[in-house]
Amino acid sequence: MRTRVAWLVGQVAATLAVASVLVFLVLRVLPGDAAVVALGVNATPDALAQWRADHGTDRPLIAQYASWMGGLLRADFGTSFVTGRELTPLILDRVQVTLIIVGLGMLLALLVAVPLGTLAAVTHRSATGTLIAGASQVGVAVPNFLVGVLLVSFVAVRARWLPAGGWVPPAVDMAEFWRHVVLPSVALGTVQAAIITRYVRSAVLEVMREDFLRTARAAGHTRGSALVRHGLRNAGVPIVTVVGVQLAAMLVGAVVVERVFVVPGLGSLLVDAVQQRDLQAVQSMVMVLVVLVVAVNFVVDLLYTVLDPRLRVVGR
Amino acid sequence: MVTAQRRRRARRALSAAAAAVVALALAACTAGSTAVDPSPGPGGGVRTDVTVAVAAEPVNLDFTTTSGAAIPQLLMNNVYETLVKIDQDGAVVPLLATSWDVSEDRTRYTFHLREGVTFSDGSAFDAADVVASFDRVRTDWLNAIKGKMDVVARTEKVDDHTVRVTLDRPSNAWLANLGTSVGAIFPSDLDGVDLRTTAIGTGPYTILSVRPGDRIVLAGRPEYWGGPAPLTTITVRYLSDPTAAVNALRAGDVDMLFNAASGDQVRQLDALGTFQVVEGTSTGDVLLSFNNRVPPFDDVRVRRAFAYAVDRQAVMDTASAGYGTQVVAMVTPQDPYCEDLTGVYPFDPARARALLAEAGQQDLQVTFDVPNLAYATTAAELVASQLADVGVRVRIVTDEFPAVWLDKVFTRHDFQMSVIQHSEARDLLTVFSHDYYLGYDDSVVAPLAAAADAGSPQEYVDGMRRVARQIVDDAGGIVLYLAPTLIVADPALTGIQPNAVTESMDLTRLAWR
Repeated sequence: MRTRVAWLVGQVAATLAVASVLVFLVLRVLPGDAAVVALGVNATPDALAQWRADHGTDRPLIAQYASWMGGLLRADFGTSFVTGRELTPLILDRVQVTLIIVGLGMLLALLVAVPLGTLAAVTHRSATGTLIAGASQVGVAVPNFLVGVLLVSFVAVRARWLPAGGWVPPAVDMAEFWRHVVLPSVALGTVQAAIITRYVRSAVLEVMREDFLRTARAAGHTRGSALVRHGLRNAGVPIVTVVGVQLAAMLVGAVVVERVFVVPGLGSLLVDAVQQRDLQAVQSMVMVLVVLVVAVNFVVDLLYTVLDPRLRVVGR
Repeated sequence: MVTAQRRRRARRALSAAAAAVVALALAACTAGSTAVDPSPGPGGGVRTDVTVAVAAEPVNLDFTTTSGAAIPQLLMNNVYETLVKIDQDGAVVPLLATSWDVSEDRTRYTFHLREGVTFSDGSAFDAADVVASFDRVRTDWLNAIKGKMDVVARTEKVDDHTVRVTLDRPSNAWLANLGTSVGAIFPSDLDGVDLRTTAIGTGPYTILSVRPGDRIVLAGRPEYWGGPAPLTTITVRYLSDPTAAVNALRAGDVDMLFNAASGDQVRQLDALGTFQVVEGTSTGDVLLSFNNRVPPFDDVRVRRAFAYAVDRQAVMDTASAGYGTQVVAMVTPQDPYCEDLTGVYPFDPARARALLAEAGQQDLQVTFDVPNLAYATTAAELVASQLADVGVRVRIVTDEFPAVWLDKVFTRHDFQMSVIQHSEARDLLTVFSHDYYLGYDDSVVAPLAAAADAGSPQEYVDGMRRVARQIVDDAGGIVLYLAPTLIVADPALTGIQPNAVTESMDLTRLAWR
C-alpha cells in the first residue's frame, strides 16, 4: 500500500512538471503584446518599456519560467500583468467559487444518479427502467450551456424566482448566496446526473450478473439486500472512475456555465485573462486546474485501492 | 426616416447653439453661462440604490497610467470632478470653478474656485490641489492623453480659491479638454496613495468596494458640495455578454443597462413596453480605416471609390439596428465645429467603379482585418458584399481583440483595411495624425489645425471645419456611423443623461421617481 502511494505521488509530480513546461511555452506562442494590451492605445513608449521591465517580459524565457516556478513552489502566483493585483488571493477566491459550483453540481448529480441508475438496472426489463435509460440518454446529449440558458429564461427572466446570474459570497450574505448558487449548480449537475445515471445502471447490471450475487441470494438474501450488501461495493470501482473523470470534465465545463450565469469563478477569470494576454494569470490558473484534475485522479486511484484490495499490488 | 432626419437636424441646431454659447462665453472673457445644477437631495422615493450594467470593466482605477475608456467612464464626474464640465449639449460650463477670466491675448486663464468643497477623504479642496493636479499630468502621467496639457506653461496659486494658468499659446481645445479626465482634480497630497486601488475625488460618489470580474460599488457622499448624492449606493455590474446583461435586466437583477445590449436587443426590449429606452449620442465613431501608407490605399482615388461604394446607412441599420447617427467625418454633434458632411460621399456604386477604373484597379483584392467584436464583424460582412458589387474582392481576416488587433493593426500597421470604434472625444486630430495607425498624411491639415486652435473661437470653428472637410475629401478613413449611447432602464429611473459627450458615464443625477 505504501509503495503504491509513493508510486502515485511520483507520477503526480512528473505530470505536473511536464504540464508546467507545456503551459508556459504554449502561452508564449500566442500572438499579441501583453504590454500593449495592458496599457492600451494611449500608452507612451516609455510606459511600454517600463511595463516590460516591471513585469519581466523582456527577460529570457528560461528566467521567466524559473521565477514563475519559484513562486509556484512558494504558493505565490505573482501579480497580474493587467491589474497589478496579487494573483494568489484572487485565484484562490475564484477557485473557491468554481469548486462550490462543481461540488454542489456533483453532489446533486450523485443524489439523483445513484438511486436512479440502480433503479434502472434493477428494473431494466420494465417500463420504468426503459424510461430512465431513455431519459438519461437524452440528458447526455444536452450541452451544459443549453440547460443554463433554459434555466435563465424560465426560472429567472419569466418567473423571476431566482437571479439570472451573478454571485454573492456566502460570507457576505448566506441567503443571497444560495439564491445565486442554485441555477449554475443545477445547470452543471443536470447533465452530469444523466451521464452518471447511465454508468451506475450499467455497473449495477454488470454486478447483477456476477456469480457472487447469485451465491448471496442462494444464502437467503433478497435481490435488494444482496445488491446493497455485496453488489454496490463491487459496482463502486467503475462508478468512482466515472465520477473522477466527470469531476475533471466539470471543472472545464464550469467555464461555460460561469459565462452563462456571470459567475466570477476560475473559468470566467481564465477567459478574461486570455483575452487580455495576462500570461502570468493564465499560466497560474491553468496550473491550478491541472493540479485539481491530477488531484482528482490521485484520489480516484487511492479509492480503487480501498474498494478493491486486488489493486494493492504495485504495477496493477 | 423623416423623424430621424428631423431629430438629426434638431441635434445639429443644438450643437450650433452650443457652439455659440461656447463662443460667447469665451468672447466675453468670463463664464457667463448657467451654473450647473447638481442633483437635489434624495427624491423621497422608496429606493436609494440602483444597479447599472456596463460591458467593459476597468482593469484598475488609475487613468493617469492606464489607458482604456472603462476607467474614466466610471470615475469621471461621479468620483473625480474637473474645473469645467462639458454639458449634454457640448457647452463648457462651470463645475469646480464657478467662473473664469481670460486675458486679452487668451493665454492666461484665471479660475475662481468653488468654496466649501471637500474630497472624499475629508480634506478641503483649494488652489493647491489644482496646481498639484495640473503639474502631475506632466510629471507622473504615463497615459498619452497627457499631451492635451502640453500647452500649459505654468499653473499658479493666486490665493486659496484662485488659480492662474498660463498657456504657451492660445488654445481653444484646451479649455474643453479640462472637462475630460486629463483635467481631473486630485488632492495635492497623494503620498502613499495607490491610485490603482484608491480614488479620492470631489464628486458626489466614492468607491465603496471593488470585486474584480463582477462589480464596483459606489457610495453616495452626504457631504457633497452640491447637496447629498441622490442615491446611497450605485452598483455597477460588469456584464460583457450582452445576453447576460439583458437577462439580468429582465430578471430584475439590474435597473439599467448602459450600452450593455446590442441594437437588436434594445429594439426587442423597447417592444416589450416595460422599460424606458433612451438613445443619445456617443463619441464612438465606427471607422472604416485604410492603411494610407500601402497600396492600393496610398491612392486617394481608391479611398474615395471605397467611400462611394459603401452604403453607410445600410451598415448602421445592420450593425446597430438603425441606432446611431450618420456622420462621415470624425466629428460628433456636440463638437462646436460640427457640420453635416454626409453628402460628400453619397452611396454611388457607379462612381466607385469609375474611380477604381481611373486608378487602374479593375481587379482589386484587399485584405480586411476585422476585430472579433460583434458590431465589427457584422459591419465588415456588409461592407465586403458592397465592395464586391463594385468589383473589389475582399478577404476578411478575423483578429482576436484586443491582443491580436492591437499588435497587428494598431502597433505594427500590418493591414490594408480595418474597422474599429474610436471612442475618445474630439479625436479627429489624433486619429488623422501622421503617426497613427492609418498613416494619414496630415501635412495639409496639421498647420490648419494648429492655426485654428490658436485663433479666435470663430476661427477655431471655421478652421476645424476646414480640417474636417479636408480629411473627408482625402478619405483617409470613413466613419460608417457614430455609435449611439443606448440606455435601457426601469421606467421609474430619472436623471439619465443620454449624451456621452466625454468618456464619462455621468450617473450624478440618477434617482428614483
